[in-house]
Amino acid sequence: MINFDNVSKTFGEGDHRTAAVDDLTIEIPTGKITVFVGPSGCGKTTSLRMINRMIEPTSGTVLIDGVDTRSIDAPTLRRGIGYVIQNAGLFPHRTVLDNIATVPVLQGQSRRSARATAAELLERVGLPESMGQRYPAQLSGGQQQRVGVARALAADPPVMLMDEPFSAVDPVVRAQLQDEFTRLQAELGKTIVFVTHDIDEAVKLGDGIAVLAIGGRLAQYATPAEVLSHPADDFVADFVGRDRGYRALSFTAAGQLPVHEEPTLRLGSSPARGPAPSSAPVGEPYWVLVVDDARQPRGWVDARRLTSGRGVELGDLVLGGSLADPHASLRTALDAALSSPSGRGVAIDADGRVIGTVAARDVLRAIEAARVNAPHSPGQGTSPGAGAREGEADPAAAAVPS
Amino acid sequence: MNWNWLNRNTDQILSWLLAHLWLAALPTLLGLLLALPLGAIAFRYRWSYAALITVAGLLYTIPSIALFVVLPGILGTRILNPLNVVVALTLFTLALLVRVVADALDSVPPPVRQSATAMGYRPIRSLLTVQLPLAIPVIGAGLRVAAVSNVSLVSVAALLGVPQLGQLFLVGFQLDFYTPIIAGIVLCLLVAAVFDTIILVAVRLATPWTRAVSHR
Repeated sequence: MINFDNVSKTFGEGDHRTAAVDDLTIEIPTGKITVFVGPSGCGKTTSLRMINRMIEPTSGTVLIDGVDTRSIDAPTLRRGIGYVIQNAGLFPHRTVLDNIATVPVLQGQSRRSARATAAELLERVGLPESMGQRYPAQLSGGQQQRVGVARALAADPPVMLMDEPFSAVDPVVRAQLQDEFTRLQAELGKTIVFVTHDIDEAVKLGDGIAVLAIGGRLAQYATPAEVLSHPADDFVADFVGRDRGYRALSFTAAGQLPVHEEPTLRLGSSPARGPAPSSAPVGEPYWVLVVDDARQPRGWVDARRLTSGRGVELGDLVLGGSLADPHASLRTALDAALSSPSGRGVAIDADGRVIGTVAARDVLRAIEAARVNAPHSPGQGTSPGAGAREGEADPAAAAVPS
Repeated sequence: MNWNWLNRNTDQILSWLLAHLWLAALPTLLGLLLALPLGAIAFRYRWSYAALITVAGLLYTIPSIALFVVLPGILGTRILNPLNVVVALTLFTLALLVRVVADALDSVPPPVRQSATAMGYRPIRSLLTVQLPLAIPVIGAGLRVAAVSNVSLVSVAALLGVPQLGQLFLVGFQLDFYTPIIAGIVLCLLVAAVFDTIILVAVRLATPWTRAVSHR
């Protein structure tokens, strides 16, 4: 557990004093991912760096498991806290293995044994062992970022600080890194403080989100669902953005959605009764779902465009959108329906086989039903986090329900 | 070109060449060794940067011949003592390299420096094992300039009578005879080329990561 007790940080002197962090009191739970999110100038990185004393508070105390960090020698403290910096910040003159071995070697481990551990970690973050002998410049941005995570994990620290670790890579790689990070955290259960300016990333990764406003004011500290559904003030509502209603669907399971039966066509075969049934509306495409031998979806085909007698080929297919699996959220299900050419979202089972389709209208119905059954009405915060408003950071209120 | 004269004086020329080599090499090394800590101080403490760079700049504007003449008085050495040359050129090298070292350390990307701190490096260890290695290419470039400039500055000390290749120029002027002058120029160029190559190779060996080819 990490505690900020009335922590403030001002930079500059006299008339040029600016508050980077203003009287921050927050409790960061053990074994969870807590995200500091906010626009630039909100003091999120400053707050992060006060945990490992790269920046010293002007006033207030930072405690890790009840111990005042100022009572620990700074380099010793830092060796016990993993740190992942934006752009990885790898040492360009050391091989990947030696980069990962940094902290164990600083702690006095022999280079040999530190390298052996480093090789295992390389695999853990999804990189081949052969990459260990390369220099950082020989790696792609995504690979460097993985090495950065491995380096932070090398000494198996209970606490990890991550400063916009995924913001310098392209969106596809970022999503991949985020997913792997989530998987890794499920195995490791570290206490993680994660800084980002991206509310989507905060919502995706955080167990708890601390929204910081310019000048270092804690605007809200709550679960992602709570921040999206009940923003504490105008600033949070504005920061969370226009799509927050749609984003909030991420937190409602799609479990109860009806799955409709969907006739499928196997890749390579031709429709049994001609290109399209006569009952289908004339002049509109008649979409048929095409699957492979394992019944996994491959795409949609307009049956009217098929010449009878010829098998369906990959080239005929219009690729569908996202897929809704049984554990998906309403957001995924709705997206599956909206991104499918037929308007019917493909639902799959755990093995990726088609079990039918979901319809957008059913998702909307589910949303309506969820509103009726909602445990609380807007404006009345039942989560402890909703209490932190207008900078009145009540220590008791600023705790994320676990 | 009088080859006979060269043949007759080979032994003398070789001894001047050897003297020239160490008179140029030793100050280059000593200057570098002194410039590393001073440059690190100039980099680490911003207030000292301006002061150190100004002093270094002033030092460099002193004509070498003046320094050669003044130093015996300060050091208590005799005018012919080669130590005067070594001290004078060490100061010039230092003057040139303090700024180079400070700027080379400054060229190390801040995220790398910050991540060294965040990993738990203490300042001296971070300087020696992270920042300094990364500064080698820039320091090496400055060192090449200093080494080559020392090779030419050593010749000036011939005016005081310190034996080295500069003597060839004096002999040539006194006898109005071009052979020793040409020989002196060629040998000086050769020494400079050898120094330059040695530094270039040393920098390459010390920085294998700069040549790592992308496998992406």
